[in-house]
Parts: sequence; C-alpha cells; structure tokens
Amino acid sequence: MKGYKIIVLAKQVPDTRNVGKDAMKADGTVNRAALPAIFNPEDLNALEQALRIKDKFPGTTITILTMGPGRAAEIIREGLFRGADDGILLTDRAFAGSDTLATSYAIGQTLKKHGNFDIIIAGRQAIDGDTAQVGPQVAEKLGIPQITYAEDILSIENGKVAVKRRLEHGVEVVKCPIPLLITVNSSAPDCRSRNARLIMKYKHAKTISEMQEANEDYVHLYNDRPYLSIKEWTVQNIDVDPNELGLTGSPTKVKNVDNVVLQSKGAKVVSTSDEDMNQLMRELIESHTIG
Amino acid sequence: MNSVFVYCEIEDGQVAEVSMELLTKGRALATELKCKLEAIAIGYQLDGIGKDIFPYGVDVLHVADDKRLAPYTTLPHNSIVVKLFQEEKPQIALMGASSVGRDLGPRVSSALHSGLTADCTSLVIGNHEDKKLGKEYKNLLYQIRPAFGGNIIATIVNPECRPQMATVREGVMKKNILDPDYKGVINNLDVSKYTTDADFVVELIERHVEKSKINIKGSPIIVAGGYGVGSKENFDLLFELAEVLGGEVGASRAAVDAGYVEHARQIGQTGTTVRPKLYIACGISGQIQHRAGMEESAQIIAINTDLEAPINSIADYVITGDVAEILPKMIKYYKANTK
Repeated sequence: MKGYKIIVLAKQVPDTRNVGKDAMKADGTVNRAALPAIFNPEDLNALEQALRIKDKFPGTTITILTMGPGRAAEIIREGLFRGADDGILLTDRAFAGSDTLATSYAIGQTLKKHGNFDIIIAGRQAIDGDTAQVGPQVAEKLGIPQITYAEDILSIENGKVAVKRRLEHGVEVVKCPIPLLITVNSSAPDCRSRNARLIMKYKHAKTISEMQEANEDYVHLYNDRPYLSIKEWTVQNIDVDPNELGLTGSPTKVKNVDNVVLQSKGAKVVSTSDEDMNQLMRELIESHTIG
Repeated sequence: MNSVFVYCEIEDGQVAEVSMELLTKGRALATELKCKLEAIAIGYQLDGIGKDIFPYGVDVLHVADDKRLAPYTTLPHNSIVVKLFQEEKPQIALMGASSVGRDLGPRVSSALHSGLTADCTSLVIGNHEDKKLGKEYKNLLYQIRPAFGGNIIATIVNPECRPQMATVREGVMKKNILDPDYKGVINNLDVSKYTTDADFVVELIERHVEKSKINIKGSPIIVAGGYGVGSKENFDLLFELAEVLGGEVGASRAAVDAGYVEHARQIGQTGTTVRPKLYIACGISGQIQHRAGMEESAQIIAINTDLEAPINSIADYVITGDVAEILPKMIKYYKANTK
C-alpha cells in the first residue's frame, strides 16, 4: 500500500476567543499584544485528519505549511510533536498586509514550487478573521477540486477520497479524485496530544533564523540530523509577481477600523432578592413580553 | 451602469431564505446606484422559479437548468458564475454566508481576482479616497463586519477590482417583496457552454437533509448561555426556563466550543441572527460577534457575575449574580405570577 503526500495548511493566530480583562485597555479596546498566539483550532482538526491517513497508510508524509512571522515556526514544531514529518515557514515582509486573495496566491505559488502533494488539508477558517476563504482560493489557484466543511475523511480508494461533510441541515458524503484540497470543521475529531517521543526528537527543530538568533551551529546539526531543519522560505524561494503580494496584491482594502468601545444604555439593575425577582417577572408579564 | 447580482441558492427547488433577504438588499443597492438587479439560479427543474424571484424587484434572471447541477457541487456552479460574471461584469455580487456561499464565493473571487468580504453585517454605498494614490472613488460598496474576535468593526472596500463581492448570513438582512407583479426577463443559459466535463469529477454519494429541530430564529423568547454557565449540567437550568417561558435555548460561540450545547444553537455573527421579544443572556460576556446576532432583541436581560461584562451595556435589565441561583427564582416567580 502506498502512502500519500499530505500538506496541512496551518496558521498561528491570536487567541481571540477568550479576551480576558488583562487584555482590555482602559479605553475599552483590546490590547492585541496581550493575546497569546495559538495554533488555529480548526487547523488542528485538519492535522488530525492527516494523521489518521498516516495511521492507515504507512509511508504517508505530512508537511505543515504556514505563512507568518518568524515566531510562527512554533506551530510547525507543535505539528511535529503530534506526528507531522516536516514543515515550511513562508515568511517575508512582502507578505505583510495581505488579504485572503494575496495570501492564497503566495500559498499557491509555494505549493506549485514544492509540488509533490496528493491531498492538501486545512482548517475551514481561522479565528482571527473567520473568513473561510483561503482554502477554496488556494484550490482555485492550483486548479484542483475542493471539499469544504469536512468532518471525516472516510476512505481513500482507487485514487478517490470519500469525505463526509457537515452542513447546516445535515450531512453529505462526496467522492473526489486526488489531488484535492479539503477544509475541516471544528465538528471533526480533536487533534491527538503531543507525543513524548516526538517532543524529544523535535524539540530542537528550528528555522535557520531561529538557529542564528540562538547562535547555534546549524550547519553541523542539520547535516547530522536533517529532520531538525524547518524550512524557511521567502519570496526568493518561490516564483511570484510582487504586484500580487501584500497590500498591493490585495483587492480588498480596510477603509477604516472602529474599535469597539462600550457605552451603557442605562440598564435597570435588578438584585437577586426574592422581591426583585418577583417584581421583574411581573413587569415582563404585564408588558406581554412573556406569558 | 453595471448591475448588482445576487446568487440565489436553491434547495429542493426552493429559493433559500438568505437569498431572498439578499435580493431585497440587492434591490435597495441597485435602486440607490440607479442600475439593474440581476439574479442567478442554478439547479434542476427550475421552471417557474422566476415567480419566486422577480417579486423582489429582479430585472434579469439568469437560469442554468441541468440534472447535474443539483444538488450543489462547487465546480460547475463556479464555472457558470465565473463565466457569467466575465460576460456581464457586475459591479456588486452578493451570496449567502452559508455552506454553499462560503464554498463558492472564495473560489469565484479567486478566479476573477476580485475582493470578497465574508459575513458582512451591513452593506452601504459610499465614497472612498485613497490619499496615497490621490484617487477618489464614487459609490463603492462599504462591506462592514466585525473582525478580530469581534473586538473591532472593519469597513472594507474594493476600489479597483470588480465585482465587489460580499457574503451575508441568513437573518442579517430583512426580506421584503417589492412588487408581486414585478416584470423581469429570463435569460436561459446553455449549460454546455458554461461548464466542462472536468467540472463534474466530484460525485455525491449520499445526502441526508436533516431539518433542524431547533428553531431559535423563529422563537419569541430565547434563553441563551455562554461560557460562564460553566457546564453542560448547568445548561439544563436554561432548558428548564426556556420550556416554562415557551422559548428556545441559544448559546454563545464559547459555550458551543466548550461542548455545552450543539452548534445549531449558536447565536452571533458566525451563528444565527435572532430578534426575539425577550433575550435572556446567562453567563455571556457579550463580545460584539455575539451581540451582532442578538442586539435587535426587543428586551434583553443580562445575568452575569461580572458587573463590567459588555453585554450589560445593551441590556434592559442587569442581574449580577450566579445563574444557578437566579434561574430557579425566575421559574418560581414566573409560575407564581401566571398561576
């Protein structure tokens, strides 16, 4: 049985789900720097689907591709600890300000350069934007079919992947030939935890920039243990039209951003005493809101 | 003047609710821009679909009718929409932010190199000045949406690329028939000219349409819980109160993510938008993405241990305290006052 070459698209995102008090500034807006950076949750669901294919088909390899600043190498290591084989960090100032279309162009060009993939799996959407656009756009850039809203990859037979999709009002099973791109919902199984053996193996896996920053001798290390090298690609490593990148390459422009500042409309404060509770329910019944 | 287009989702021969809402919005935008409103219906056995679409004020309805086009699959619908947009050059294109629109929209926008804004909560026509380029743009579509976990509201524009594309969730816009006898024309598309065999590589093996039993959108009273409810067990209290009041249980995204209740109950920008008579928010902090889905509720009661919770700022009644203590009292005094 032959294995498959899988690419998992992952993103490091600020944890916008639990904005605590310490992340709020005095003016009521969010201090973004105070939010921890995490592996985008649905990308972890995507990684788990890839790992399940690897469990079933020995010889399968999983490459994590992420675009972001240098520190996004953290999520590649996180993926290695859970069973991925290698990773590519796509990082360049030229990507700054990219909207979803410029992002998918950069990722698409990277995948064309890398080649050698059967199945691309990504989370449905990232929690910092919730757009769900980059997956389908990358599929279009590569000219391959897409299966979105996947909950389970059921089987791979005769070059066709059967996928269960979770939609608003039910489920759907579709079959699609390889190569294809799949985006995975949060209703899919959670990702397995880190593996102690893999943590030992990969804890020193770093990009060249990280090695240089730590002043470590990466030349010898990478020669002896090539799996510790996390590939770091810039625009130099891929064929791109610079006009398609970053702000210039983004058709959508942010006209303005309003911080959400909360102003009270003056609510009636009700205590939890029996008198107040009784009074509240009577008011609601009298105003025909309930009853 | 180029037209405003709405992609109409068809489910079992019926036009989807979200598409009718977008046709209504599209009509308003087209009238303001003094251009035509055009719609696209792609599916099978669509004879007579026009009578469901024209009353929203649609001037031209493009129909692609073929057995292989229903149920929806990405590639053929994508090919038809892309080719039609290349021919007709719409200035604005709207789709539902449903599993269909969010699958199709990005693929179309990538093929056309046009910008797409997902899950807009408001669409407005306005001007834009690019100071860097010294250029002025008249009558752009402002695509307004919360972003960054709902902590900011962003206004997005697409100055150069067309169409300006946006998706909107069901329930965000209001549907309204313009004129039951509105006269538009039908343009039947030759499907073989718009698709290739390669568009049909994805086979649909099976499909169960499970109509959701949960109807939070239509419920006049909603008891909604957030992460602060604390557990699945504590949610039982919400179900109890909802049952007594004749309402439904909703939830914030955090509560759904924590596994307290199913996703179908999620209210907010990435869930359902509701406008009940009464909204009781239990242990919900009230980030803007949640508020976007419920702030038009007629009355809001916020129950929270946190006096500073953002939800309190839009509430009519604020009760500071523990959900587990307060809900049984509400049930008790509701019963006492109604007998």
